[in-house]
Amino acid sequence: MLKLLEAIFAGRIQTEDIDTVGSKQFRGELNCNTAQCDKCGECLKVCPVSAITINEYSRPIIDYKKCVFCGRCVEACTGCALYHSNLEALPEILANSSVDVGRVIDEKTGRSLHVRHLDAGSCNACDFEMGALSNPLYDLHRFGISFVASPRHADVVMVTGVVTRNLEKAVHMTYEAMEDPKVVIAVGACAAGGATYGETYAIVGALDKVLPVDIFIPGCPPRPSAMIVALLAAADLYLERSKIIVDK
Amino acid sequence: MIKVKSTGLRAAANVCSHNGRNPLTAMFACDETILGQGYAVYCLFEDCHAHDIKVVRAQFEINEELKYESLTPLFPSAAWYEREIFDMFGIEPVGHPDLRPLVLHESYPEGFYPLRKDIAADADIHGERDFKIATAQGEGLFEVAVGPIHAGIIEPGHFRFSQAGEAILQLDAKLFYTHRGIEKAVEGKTVDEALFIVERICGACSVANTLSFCQAVEKLSEKSVPRRAWLIRTCLAELERLYNHVGDTGNLCAGVGFTVPNNIGARLKELLMRCNEQVAGNRFLRGMIVPGGVLFDIDEEKRNVIASTLDIVEKEYERLVQILSEQDGFLNRVKNTGVVLKKTAIDLSMVGVGARASGFRRDSRKDLAYGIYPELSFDVITEQAGDVYARLLVREKEFMESIELVQQLVDLLNTEHTSELRVEDLTYRAEEGSWGVSESARGSDLHWVMLDKNQKIYRLFVRSASYPNWPALPVALQGEIIPDFPLVNKSFELCYACLDR
Repeated sequence: MLKLLEAIFAGRIQTEDIDTVGSKQFRGELNCNTAQCDKCGECLKVCPVSAITINEYSRPIIDYKKCVFCGRCVEACTGCALYHSNLEALPEILANSSVDVGRVIDEKTGRSLHVRHLDAGSCNACDFEMGALSNPLYDLHRFGISFVASPRHADVVMVTGVVTRNLEKAVHMTYEAMEDPKVVIAVGACAAGGATYGETYAIVGALDKVLPVDIFIPGCPPRPSAMIVALLAAADLYLERSKIIVDK
Repeated sequence: MIKVKSTGLRAAANVCSHNGRNPLTAMFACDETILGQGYAVYCLFEDCHAHDIKVVRAQFEINEELKYESLTPLFPSAAWYEREIFDMFGIEPVGHPDLRPLVLHESYPEGFYPLRKDIAADADIHGERDFKIATAQGEGLFEVAVGPIHAGIIEPGHFRFSQAGEAILQLDAKLFYTHRGIEKAVEGKTVDEALFIVERICGACSVANTLSFCQAVEKLSEKSVPRRAWLIRTCLAELERLYNHVGDTGNLCAGVGFTVPNNIGARLKELLMRCNEQVAGNRFLRGMIVPGGVLFDIDEEKRNVIASTLDIVEKEYERLVQILSEQDGFLNRVKNTGVVLKKTAIDLSMVGVGARASGFRRDSRKDLAYGIYPELSFDVITEQAGDVYARLLVREKEFMESIELVQQLVDLLNTEHTSELRVEDLTYRAEEGSWGVSESARGSDLHWVMLDKNQKIYRLFVRSASYPNWPALPVALQGEIIPDFPLVNKSFELCYACLDR
């Protein structure tokens, strides 16, 4: 018992501010130094998920819904133009919403935000990172966000993984069980882009083939901090939708 | 390799198993009709004394009826493999006691065998099939259904409890919800293309899967992997075991609602995952291991990060272990709960922590002595009780052992100054099967690879560590109560994604 109390009072567990900058080695957002780009197109060829296209100025454009941040394009780049910055690629929000990390959910909605996790066919990496949100360092609860056990209690559903044939029905049923208004977040490259494993007999596809998606979080898997940014945006969206329902 | 006709499989397997002394490591089929040979069923037995895996290959002639005498009555561990082979290829094990579907759920039609070569990878075929769940019937018995979508942040699986009052009479698990058809997806891809997908079979076993796959293909080439690459790979493998073990220790406490150690575990896991990101650029250590070696070095700066992280984590983990060993309420829940007898562990050919906690001494790092493990000093940790507590103790001691292993490896990386990290332009022998094994946090993880003449993947079979251990869970729960289910489940800490593929 003494050890337990000692551990509680040692005060070593410290919650941190949310930071979207990774370590030096972190493979984050892709940048292209256009002056060095020799337009060889090697990056297109090596990308396993076809996330790169070339725009009218011959610059590579990255589709972060699909990108898995594997680093193959950077390795293949002949002119050393492409490089990973250590900044996270931030969530892509498909509706009007302002992201303000500093404010807590309470100010936005007047109450806490309830989130349901739904694994649609994930490799467990996104799920692991979502689990990390509750650890003392990220402490999601301080923002007034909690994970709930049932979709009936949820305002937001966070979906991980590419939708598989064996889970398609469960994905629909979970969504249907939620009350309006509801917000759907596609977590990671599988749910957002659906290109990770290609097309097989067992895969239905990216989440937007099955449900209307509001927010995409890039990454393979996204870091917990990117998920928190997305959840704070989800609170904005949720508030907007609640107003619409009240007006009706 | 022992080659037999389909009718001779059972006899050959019996001989190869050496009266059950060599555990059945894996069993799978391959459609070799394009190679002009018909179908084949492979059985792999682990010969612990020879540090090798013995392969039996049973050949079906073209147009031969796809039936053979089931091995399950001889080896209970063959039960799931044979069900999967029937699901994926339509090869029927005659005399199998329970040939219900395993992998393909209700939306797939009967007679759809996706791993046959005449089925396109992206075949979009819908239909219906019966998927019966095994339940116990009788007066006063009732059923409790749980999942596939669970209350926590965990992977999907459906569990059906047949209850006699509080006691669990029978549990049937419907799994393979996250089946993505990965074995089919990689067919026709180059080794490099497939590697990217293999790395994403499972998040928590990214390194183990990649390492097994790379070893399997490297055996098909003439070149050998540089020594420094092996040092780095082994270091990554042990770092992966570390973050899993510490997270699993914490999660097990969540199974009894003991939040302080749960949070200490979660925090230590976070520290280790941040260390991972600094080493590999990815919190799951993805993107570093490739066939022929590794992509980049663990330089001095990274070695210092590893050393200082381990210093902190080791001390705090010791405290966590002490807290757990002193809490009577906790011990009361974990001792004598979810017992797997040694005999059961052997019958099911269990691996990893699950096997070792039941006194079944198996560790592929010693048994198959791959890479540089023979030079490193470590013990195989075993316990005898086979309960939740034994699995926790094994995990705790293995955690400490892995810390020592990483320290040994960091020292070696410090003192050895070879710089070669990778041999490139590997060419592989075609139409020859090859296996690779590595020890994940959950046990040995086996990949079997065969390439075609164009250096493309012809067949990949993945048997993750969770595969042989899943059938032990219903056995461990017989007679227990439902509130102990999360606890027992977490004590095995089995992957769904690795299993389902």
